Amino acid sequence: MSDTREQFRPENHPNDHFLLTTVVGSYKKPKWLDRARELLEDEDASFDEDDWQEATDDAARLITEEHERTGMDVICDGEMRRNEMVEYFAHLIEGYEFNGRVKVWGHNYFDKPSVVEEVEYGEEWLVDEFEFTDSVSERPVKVPITGPYTLANWSFNEVYDDEEQLAYDLADLVNEEIERLVDAGATYIQIDEPALATTPDDHAIVGACLDRIVDEVPEDVRVGLHVCYGDYSRIYPEMLDYPVDEYDLELCNGNYEQLDVFTEHEFTKDLALGVVDAHVAEVEPVEEIKENIVKGFEVVPPERLTVSPDCGLKLLPREVAYGKMENMVQAAREVEEELDAGEIDVGLAAPTSD
Amino acid sequence: MSEVVTTTPGLFPLPDWAKDELSDLKGHQKADLIDGSEGGAIEDAYERVRSEYVDHQQSAGLDRVVEGQGRWDDMIAHPLAVADAVETRGIVRYYDNNNFYREPVVTDDLAATGDVAAELDAASERVDSGLQAVLPGPYSLADLATDEHYGDDGAFLDAVAGFLADEISEFPDVETLFLLEPSLVENPPGDGEDERASEAIDAVAAAADADVVAHTYWGALGEKVYAHLMDADVDAIGFDFVANHEDNVYNISEYGTKDDVALGVVDGQNTLVEGPDTIAERIEWVDDNTPGTDFETVYATINTETFYLPANKYEAKLDALAAVNKAVISA
Repeated sequence: MSDTREQFRPENHPNDHFLLTTVVGSYKKPKWLDRARELLEDEDASFDEDDWQEATDDAARLITEEHERTGMDVICDGEMRRNEMVEYFAHLIEGYEFNGRVKVWGHNYFDKPSVVEEVEYGEEWLVDEFEFTDSVSERPVKVPITGPYTLANWSFNEVYDDEEQLAYDLADLVNEEIERLVDAGATYIQIDEPALATTPDDHAIVGACLDRIVDEVPEDVRVGLHVCYGDYSRIYPEMLDYPVDEYDLELCNGNYEQLDVFTEHEFTKDLALGVVDAHVAEVEPVEEIKENIVKGFEVVPPERLTVSPDCGLKLLPREVAYGKMENMVQAAREVEEELDAGEIDVGLAAPTSD
Repeated sequence: MSEVVTTTPGLFPLPDWAKDELSDLKGHQKADLIDGSEGGAIEDAYERVRSEYVDHQQSAGLDRVVEGQGRWDDMIAHPLAVADAVETRGIVRYYDNNNFYREPVVTDDLAATGDVAAELDAASERVDSGLQAVLPGPYSLADLATDEHYGDDGAFLDAVAGFLADEISEFPDVETLFLLEPSLVENPPGDGEDERASEAIDAVAAAADADVVAHTYWGALGEKVYAHLMDADVDAIGFDFVANHEDNVYNISEYGTKDDVALGVVDGQNTLVEGPDTIAERIEWVDDNTPGTDFETVYATINTETFYLPANKYEAKLDALAAVNKAVISA
C-alpha cells in the first residue's frame, strides 16, 4: 500500500518528525443548533428546511474553525449535520423505515431503523458536508462514515436472509459514496465500525465489507477504520489483513491495558492512537498526553503513528473537548521536537543501529 | 389435543409518551434509575403505563396478562437492583445485545423486598383472571449479578433461589409464573453446576402456587443442561423456536418434555410482524416434528422480552399472537 500519510504534512510543519494529529469525528453541537432542530420538527414553527440548512452551515463553519484553531493537521466539521451515526444514513438510504425509539439503557433511546426492502443508494450522504467543510477550512478534511457492518447490526433486518448479506449490500453503497467523495476531492476516509467490538466473531464479515468498500478507490486516498470499547485480542492480528491504511483505536479509556495485544504480533499498518479520553470531562495536561503518545511507539514507529482522541467528543462540554484537542496537538508537537532531538528512546522510536 | 394459551414473557417497551415523561422525571444517568423508593409523579406515570399494558393485552385477547415490567430499568436483573443488600455499580452489557444494565453487586444477606409483589398487586386490580407473574430464573439472575458476600457460586445460587422464593411468597394469586432463564443458553452451566441450576429452579418453582414455566431463549439448551432441567419440578419448559428450531426439536424428541410446553414462536427482536397464520404454522410445525409428545397446554409466546421493539411493533405482535386461530391448531 502506498504512503498516504505524507500528503497531510502541513507545508510549515515545524519539525522533521510528523505525528499526524486528527479527531475521530463527532463533536458537541452548539445548544442553538439543538434548538434549531426542535424548531424544524415543530409543525407550528415557521422554521423551514432553508433555515435548517443555514443553521447547519453556521454550526459546521463554527466547529470546523474551532478544530482549525487547535492547530490540528486533519480536521472534521464535528458531524454537525448528523443527528446520530446510524439514523442519519438510514434516512438517506432507500429500503429503511423508522418505527420509533427503542431502549439502549435506562431512559436512553435510539431510533433504530428497520430494513424493509433491499437497500439502494437514495439521496447523497456526505458530499455536501465534505464540500462545505473543505471550502471553509485551510486544512485537509477527514470524512467519517458509519461502516456497513454497524449499519446492519444496529438495524432490524426484515428482508435479508442474514445480517451478513445486508452488510455486503450496504458496503456496496458505502463504496459508491466514497467514489463520489473522492470525485469531490476527499483524500481521507474513516470507516466507523463500533459494532465490531461487540461481536468480534464477525471480524471476517467486516473484512469482506471493507474489500467491497475500497474497490476501485485510488491508492492515494487514505482509508482508516475506527473501532472502540471492545476486546481487541479477539480481532487482532486478523484485522491487519483488512485493506485499510490505519486503525483508529480507543485505548486511553482502558488505561492502555490492551496495548500488549498489539505488541505480540507486529503491527504492520498505521496506528491512530487514542491519547485523550472521550468519557472523562477533564482536560488531560500536556505532559500526561505526551506520555500516552510515547506509549504508541511500543507498537509502531513515529512515522506510522497518528494521534487522536479515543472516540468522538460529542458527549463532552465544548470547552473541555476544545481543551483536549488543543493539548493533544501541543503534546504531539513537543514529542516531535523531542524525537528530532533524539531525546526519546522507547520501543520503535529508538534510533536504529545504522 | 392441546389447549393453546397465548402469552408473553413481559418486559414491554415503554409507550412513547412514557419514554419522554419518565426521562424528564428521572433523568438519563445511572443514578437516576429505579431503586424501589420512587413515589409521586414517577409512581403515577408507571401506574398509567401499567394500565395501558393491561388494557392492551386484554383488548387484544391474550389468555395470560402480565404486569408488563415497565419499571424494570435493569431488565431481568431488576429484582436484585431494588434489593437492600445490593449495590448497583457500572453499566454492563445485557447479554449479546446493544443494551446495558447496572451491575448488581450483592454485599450482604439477600432479603425479599416485595417489589414485584407490589407490581402484581397493582396489576391484579385490573385483571380478573389469567394474571401471569414474570421473574428471572435463579440461574440467570445469579449469572447477571456479582457476589461479594456469599463467597462461592453454589452458596450464591442457593441464596438467589431463596430470595426469589421469598419474593414469590408475597405474590397475590397468579395463574402462571414465567421464570426467564436465558443464561442457561447464553452462559451455560458446566458439569455439576447444571444440576445445581436445576435444583435452584426447582426450589423457586416449589414456592409458587401457580403453573410454572422455565422459559429459555436465544438458542437451544445443551443436551446435558436440558436433561438436568427436566428434573426440576416445573410445569413446562419454554423453547425459543425463532432462534433455533432444529436443536430444540431434537431436545424434545430425545429427552421428552413436560406435559405442558411453551413455544417462543414470535420474534421479540425484529420489527417484522408475523401474522396469526404464520404463528399458527410455527406451532403446528413443532407439533408435527415432535411425534412422540402430546402436549396438554401449549403456551404460545413471544420468544424474548419485547423492550427491544418500538412500541407500535410490540403492540402489533401482541395483536397477531392473540389472533391466532386456536381451533385450527387444536383440530
